[in-house]
Amino acid sequence: MNIADGVLDPIIGAALLAMAISLIITFYRIVRGPSLMDRVVALELTASLVAGIVAIYAIGTDEPALIDVAIALALVAFLSAVAFAHYAERTTQR
Amino acid sequence: MSEMVVTVAVVLGTVFGLLSAVGILRMPDVYIRLQVASKASSLGIALLMVGVAAHFGRLDVTIRALLVVVFLFLTAPVAAHLIGRAAYLMGVPLAEGSKPDDLAGRYDRATGELAGPGPDPERAEPVRKGLRSDEATSGGPTVSS
Repeated sequence: MNIADGVLDPIIGAALLAMAISLIITFYRIVRGPSLMDRVVALELTASLVAGIVAIYAIGTDEPALIDVAIALALVAFLSAVAFAHYAERTTQR
Repeated sequence: MSEMVVTVAVVLGTVFGLLSAVGILRMPDVYIRLQVASKASSLGIALLMVGVAAHFGRLDVTIRALLVVVFLFLTAPVAAHLIGRAAYLMGVPLAEGSKPDDLAGRYDRATGELAGPGPDPERAEPVRKGLRSDEATSGGPTVSS
């Protein structure tokens, strides 16, 4: 677990910090969002941002196995978005 | 050289992630937020995966990073379309300034299918008749029942 060579290290730190700020902003939209669909959109963006954080962390720690985590996360996020949309549509029309 | 590619890709990908978060905070409407969230974050993840592939420089890692990008570019538009459709069927209002709502009155809300113009699918004219539903209902040769 060697942090990559010198120059990359503060950039990885700054990138992780910026992604964390993005997560906080997105979480504000989840709490605030006026409709249910706002929250679903914000949840999907949260999954994408976490996949990005995993990718940055994989670069920072030189651990290529973490890419599989990003793959699984993208899969689950897509399935959850589809299921949310399906059931939200199904419960409103009758 | 490879380190520079990694740096540029990570910085750009992070900037796009931050921009998508700012967009989802600032945009006035579910549908506009959907645009921001799906497109900007897809581009951000793709750039980060380019950075991962350039940093490791191995074939298996590159293939997996490419798999993430391909999967994301295939599924993000589908998910955005489904969420937007569900939001429109739920009746989430559009933002104040967005004027032409081309779908107004076109959706049959009972079945969720695109109906003809106007609320009555029985006398379905060709959909191209008028772009907006108020034109289609007032201008067209409507048979008064």
